[in-house]
Amino acid sequence: MAPLLLLTLIVPALLSWPLGKVMAHLIEPGGTSRYGRRTSELFCRTGGDALTGEQDWKQYLVSMLVFNMMMFAFVTTVLALQQSLPLNPDGKGPLEASLIFNTAASFVTNTNLQHYSGEAAMSYFSQLAGLMWLQFVSAATGIACLAALARALGGRSSVGNFYIDLLRAAFFILLPLALLLALILIAGGVPMTFEGAAVARTLEGATQTMARGPVAAMVAIKQLGTNGGGYFGPNSTHPFENPSFYTNIVECMSIVLIPMAAVWMFGRITGRMRDASVIFSVMMILLLVKAAAAFWLESAPAAALWGLPVEAAPNLEGKELRFGAGAGALWAALTTATSNGSVNCMHDSLNPLTGLVPLAGMWINVVFGGVGVGIINLFIFIIIGVFICGMMVGRTPEYFGRKVETGEMRLALLALLVHPLLILGGTALFAATPAGAATVLNSGAHGFTEILYEFTSAAANNGSGFEGLGDNTVAWNIATGVVMLLARYIPIILPLAIAGSLASKKPVPETSGTLRTDTPLFGLIILGSVIFIGALLFLPVAVLGPLAEHLSAASH
Amino acid sequence: MKTALSGKNILRQFAASLRILPLTVLVCSGLYTGAIYLAGRLAPDASSGSLVRSAEGGVIGSRLVAQQFTRPEYFWPRPSAVSWNAAGAGGSNLSPASAAMRDKTEKVLVTLAPEQGEKVPTDLVTASGSGLDPHISLASVRFQAPRVARARGLSVDEVMHIVNSPENGKIAVPFQGEPLVNVLQLNCALDRVRK
Repeated sequence: MAPLLLLTLIVPALLSWPLGKVMAHLIEPGGTSRYGRRTSELFCRTGGDALTGEQDWKQYLVSMLVFNMMMFAFVTTVLALQQSLPLNPDGKGPLEASLIFNTAASFVTNTNLQHYSGEAAMSYFSQLAGLMWLQFVSAATGIACLAALARALGGRSSVGNFYIDLLRAAFFILLPLALLLALILIAGGVPMTFEGAAVARTLEGATQTMARGPVAAMVAIKQLGTNGGGYFGPNSTHPFENPSFYTNIVECMSIVLIPMAAVWMFGRITGRMRDASVIFSVMMILLLVKAAAAFWLESAPAAALWGLPVEAAPNLEGKELRFGAGAGALWAALTTATSNGSVNCMHDSLNPLTGLVPLAGMWINVVFGGVGVGIINLFIFIIIGVFICGMMVGRTPEYFGRKVETGEMRLALLALLVHPLLILGGTALFAATPAGAATVLNSGAHGFTEILYEFTSAAANNGSGFEGLGDNTVAWNIATGVVMLLARYIPIILPLAIAGSLASKKPVPETSGTLRTDTPLFGLIILGSVIFIGALLFLPVAVLGPLAEHLSAASH
Repeated sequence: MKTALSGKNILRQFAASLRILPLTVLVCSGLYTGAIYLAGRLAPDASSGSLVRSAEGGVIGSRLVAQQFTRPEYFWPRPSAVSWNAAGAGGSNLSPASAAMRDKTEKVLVTLAPEQGEKVPTDLVTASGSGLDPHISLASVRFQAPRVARARGLSVDEVMHIVNSPENGKIAVPFQGEPLVNVLQLNCALDRVRK
């Protein structure tokens, strides 16, 4: 078990360094680069004059929001018309309106919460031109916004051009990596076909219909772009999405690769690699703790089997054998540390305490986090850390040579409060009313956790679920759809506003009294503000759900 | 803020988005999928779902996907929360600490009928995440071997010899002591011996 954990974390960590360098160059090529000139000329020719020149942070945000609205409109159209569109060999019918809204919101916001089951509901066209397309452009939106934040923190008042950043991220960062991964997956046995379902006559003479399709293309980008929306309902537990031990390990590494590299990209664009190293270390520590905890907790046998004539072995409910022992727990930790949300085991059937690990990951939502947005989230905790330290020594706090004042702090606190407000408010509402209480599969504390998990996943733009929840109802579709939209755009807009406001200030000279943000000590401060401010808010619901279930199971 | 939020500017942004959006669809959905599809032609077996065919050429299943077995002469796969429906896969989603999980397990144990004092391997009483797990552990093969041997008029040793022969579905999983066995491949191998 331990070698699996180390292998899965160390390989992407090592690869992230060169990849971060390449990503920084691809998104920020500099004036002398031929690649930079050629691509911006080409993109300008396609997109028109809005793509020429740099934008300030407000203009950048407006472009981002407008493009994201267009993404929403396009995917809504595709989903609403799927029964009349091509590439539908199995004749998938129309989708219900609230499900279309939820799915569009989910994929536009890089969440990929799925209230439908891919093989049952979606045509090949909807999967490829609707959902998979969004897996590219929503991830590219995240990378672009991180580049803008980094430029602003680097002290620049013009933060780049959103469209150019988006296209560069989609075409030159995500596309080549996805191509490579898809080829590896096909070699590992993942199907890639436009034929309809295969119909088999089994050895015992029954008929078995096997849904398939262009799976490899979608699985590659869903793993790389912290999307997580699988081709099939049960995601990467499905043998067609994840056929072997080897595909599993490659998919698992792909979850954290770009989020890790994004830290180095941030360091290079801001020109503060030491700060990036501190951020990377803090995230790595949190990830190791999470992964090890999940490993250990999930190695306990299922409590329900106690006393039955069954061999004592780690909990195997909801897990596939071919990935090896511990692979489910490890994936669960990684997929919720980043905002990926794909799964290779059923989170609903994790041991009660193990279920706390993915929940905690999504409550914090900064352990590498979503592509791009992970560091944007962490930036808020950094600002809070800087502020608290400044208060303790009685100085005006500074970050990257600019004073952090009341205006910025107001925005930072607002950004900080959105996440718990959406989770706790939504959970309270749905746990208290039939809208949520009537949709749970498991009774008691576990049912409460199902509701809590759903809102947590939506607010963290994660997309994994306790899938026992009957979540394809109008109430769930609308509530989580709205939560995903708010939880995506507010935490991008506010940090960019803070960074923009900082960039417009006069730089203050660094003195011996300046709080340095590139030291291990400041790493501890970030860690503290993440744990004490980010996670402790959720202690009461952790007690009501997973802990209560664990204790009551132990008492039987 | 005024200029960024002016109606004229927003219209301009919509126009730019309208022009870029088709480009991204073309490249990220069209060209990307096309390229992978073409590459997939080099591995036609995997690309079409690793199908297993009978000697006559009809599809009998996929190497990757479990199918239902109920007859005593076949090895049985792990339980499936979706009755091995490969057009609607899924897990039980039951809490492993719940009474429902215990009830479900007790029902499975009635079917498996372990002898007094015998313990059933965990994988044989738990449903996989997809409901389509094609493998069982070697321990689960050993557990079922006496039943299969009896039904086929073979000795347990003869059955285990087939299990342990190469190409009959036994695979090793790295970092894990015990091998796994692909149920469909093993059952096909058993049928080949009978014929």
